[in-house]
Amino acid sequence: MLRRERWRLLLVLVVVLAALITVFPIKGRIRLGLDLKGGAHIVLQAKGTEENPLTGDSVERLLAVLRNRVDQYGVTEPVIQRVGGDRIIVDLPGVEDPQAALELIGKTALLEFRPVLSVSSQVPAAPHRENYDSDETFQRAQDRWQEAKDEIDALAVSMEERQKDDSSLYVGRDERGTVYLLGSPAVTGRDLQDAKTSYDNLGRSVVTLKFNSEGTKLFDAATRDGVGKQLAIVLDGAVISAPVVQERISGGEAQISGKFSPAEAQRLSIMLRAGALPVPVEILENRSVGPTLGSDSIASGMRAGLIGAGLVVLFMLVYYRILGVAADLALGVSMLLLFAGLVSLHATLTLPGIAGIILTIGMAVDGNILIFERIREERRSGKTPLAAIDSGFRKALTTILDANITTLIAAAVLYYFGSGPIRGFAVTLSIGIVTSVFSAIVVTRVLVSVFAGTRRGSWLA
Amino acid sequence: MFAKKTFNINFMRYKKVAMLLSAVLLILSLALLVVRGLNLGIDFSGGVLVQVELSQPLPVGDLREVLRNEGFSGSTIQGYDEKGIIIRVAADTDEAQVQVLQALKQKDPDLKLLRLEKVGPVVGRQLRQEAIFATAIALVGILAYITFRFRFRFALVSVAALVHDTLITLGFFSLLGREISLPFVAAILTLVGYSLNDTIVVLDRVRENWKEYRSLGLDNMLDKSVNQTLSRTINTSLTTFLPVCALFLFGGPVIADFSLALLVGILVGTYSSIYVAAALLSEWYTRYPAKS
Repeated sequence: MLRRERWRLLLVLVVVLAALITVFPIKGRIRLGLDLKGGAHIVLQAKGTEENPLTGDSVERLLAVLRNRVDQYGVTEPVIQRVGGDRIIVDLPGVEDPQAALELIGKTALLEFRPVLSVSSQVPAAPHRENYDSDETFQRAQDRWQEAKDEIDALAVSMEERQKDDSSLYVGRDERGTVYLLGSPAVTGRDLQDAKTSYDNLGRSVVTLKFNSEGTKLFDAATRDGVGKQLAIVLDGAVISAPVVQERISGGEAQISGKFSPAEAQRLSIMLRAGALPVPVEILENRSVGPTLGSDSIASGMRAGLIGAGLVVLFMLVYYRILGVAADLALGVSMLLLFAGLVSLHATLTLPGIAGIILTIGMAVDGNILIFERIREERRSGKTPLAAIDSGFRKALTTILDANITTLIAAAVLYYFGSGPIRGFAVTLSIGIVTSVFSAIVVTRVLVSVFAGTRRGSWLA
Repeated sequence: MFAKKTFNINFMRYKKVAMLLSAVLLILSLALLVVRGLNLGIDFSGGVLVQVELSQPLPVGDLREVLRNEGFSGSTIQGYDEKGIIIRVAADTDEAQVQVLQALKQKDPDLKLLRLEKVGPVVGRQLRQEAIFATAIALVGILAYITFRFRFRFALVSVAALVHDTLITLGFFSLLGREISLPFVAAILTLVGYSLNDTIVVLDRVRENWKEYRSLGLDNMLDKSVNQTLSRTINTSLTTFLPVCALFLFGGPVIADFSLALLVGILVGTYSSIYVAAALLSEWYTRYPAKS
């Protein structure tokens, strides 16, 4: 073996050793994307209104409130970042209930206590055909129901007329469709000190509020003036309940009871503690993957990768024999380096990223094929085995570089424009191209030299 | 082991046939793209995607009926194994997700939610523009690189070959009505790189043979180049095809369309790197010989 080849062999051994130390044990070393470990990716658009325009400050406060909510909800390693002027990306790894996460992030959670000025009757439940004996009785019931509904709608219209004259008033509806005309807010969520979930004596989930000193004063005044009247609890414009004030409450505590599940009550109290969003938000994009699908994706990706790699290894062995052994070993080194690259660049592995790795398996042996075909041609033109190997590698080099740089250009563009999963694909593809070029022109070369040295090139004859 | 035969196929004799075939495929693809269009997924058109695992297998027709009753008539339902179902709905309201899920729960209360996606129309439009822009940038970058490394004519025929591959793959997807999603764009851009990789190896050999074989005549020289690189072209395509095929078969439903696009692209790309680039060069240099 030539002196130069010895240095190459040493280089390969050092690189492989370093890669092994970087990669093993693999568990926990590779950062998984949300599509593999499960979680929610949410993109929010902050929306200013006329009274509440969007400013740099309000977006900053929005971020703070969101961070607060997410922290209290107990998500590990969340990512909350501002993109451009008015968009926010929220990544919540490991969230099991995507719907709950959406509500936690997207709800403004503006709480208001407003005195009830007037109220409609409750909208009765719509009649069901099964409960009536004949079509006529059903029809009559439907007419009666429609009449009641029209009456309430008419009342709502007249309430809205009054609201136009006095902008401090508010017309709200509750879940059952009852319409309320409400006075200006007596107390709001801004004056809260704490919010907790508990159960009332009927076993229902409730949210217990504790006002700060300002809120305690305001709530005291509202209940003092409103004994015997209804006080509506309004959340994001919807009336949750409108209990009648039994007595003046000066202790600064109140209870919200609605039809909450324990989880909903939990979320509401988190949102009330963290405060209302300073500006409303719209959910532009949301992608949530459950943990089972993520681990399924990893498993099927691994299976596809192993099968694919097995087929390629087999093909190279059958077609190129001993040179195939070199190519297969080089493929192994290339994959090892790919994973080492992922680990040391702290890259995130996504599902398309796994596809990129599998694609690289096929492309990694391409360099070897180019070289081997060249060596064959050089042999045919009459060169000795060692000379053929030497010029085969030399002539294939520029072709290998040219062919791979174009794919690298495409991958770079994908990295620049893509987000999340696609970016993961661009990363694995790029690293894969670099490691497979390295393994073809350095690793394969060393292996072929070693083989040629031990068997004196007789196998190439 | 190197006693294997060398190829000596007279490719350029059939260049007219090949160009006709390519032209027909291209026209068919373009017609499909214009008439049928592409089935844009929610990534580009906006909408809601819900993927669930049912507790027991249910006929897709039943699910379609419940969804229709809830007012989601334009939904697509794709079953990918016995219990796995992916539903896509064009609606973009926040409630749509909940409504779809509740409608499904009427049929199967114990289903498990695997994936939930919502893309608003604004983001959809933006992603669409970015995808087109990214493809254009990649093409320009690659064109610049090949012009720098080879001759301009080589750059143009290799870009023609990759446009050929990309259009036929898109046409195939239009024919099948398969969904176009973000990973599909990644597949197309990879294909752009891959298709060139293949073509470049052939053109590289043409460049090498250029001086030596100009005396042989253009077509013989091109034939020689294609034949010399033929076993490499076929072997590389095969070693790329095999793993992607495994990915298509075993990689799960989320990535299946991505792999399919690559499979089609690899097949068309192999053909085009053998034929399209060389045949175009042959025509071009026959009609307008190089000045030098």
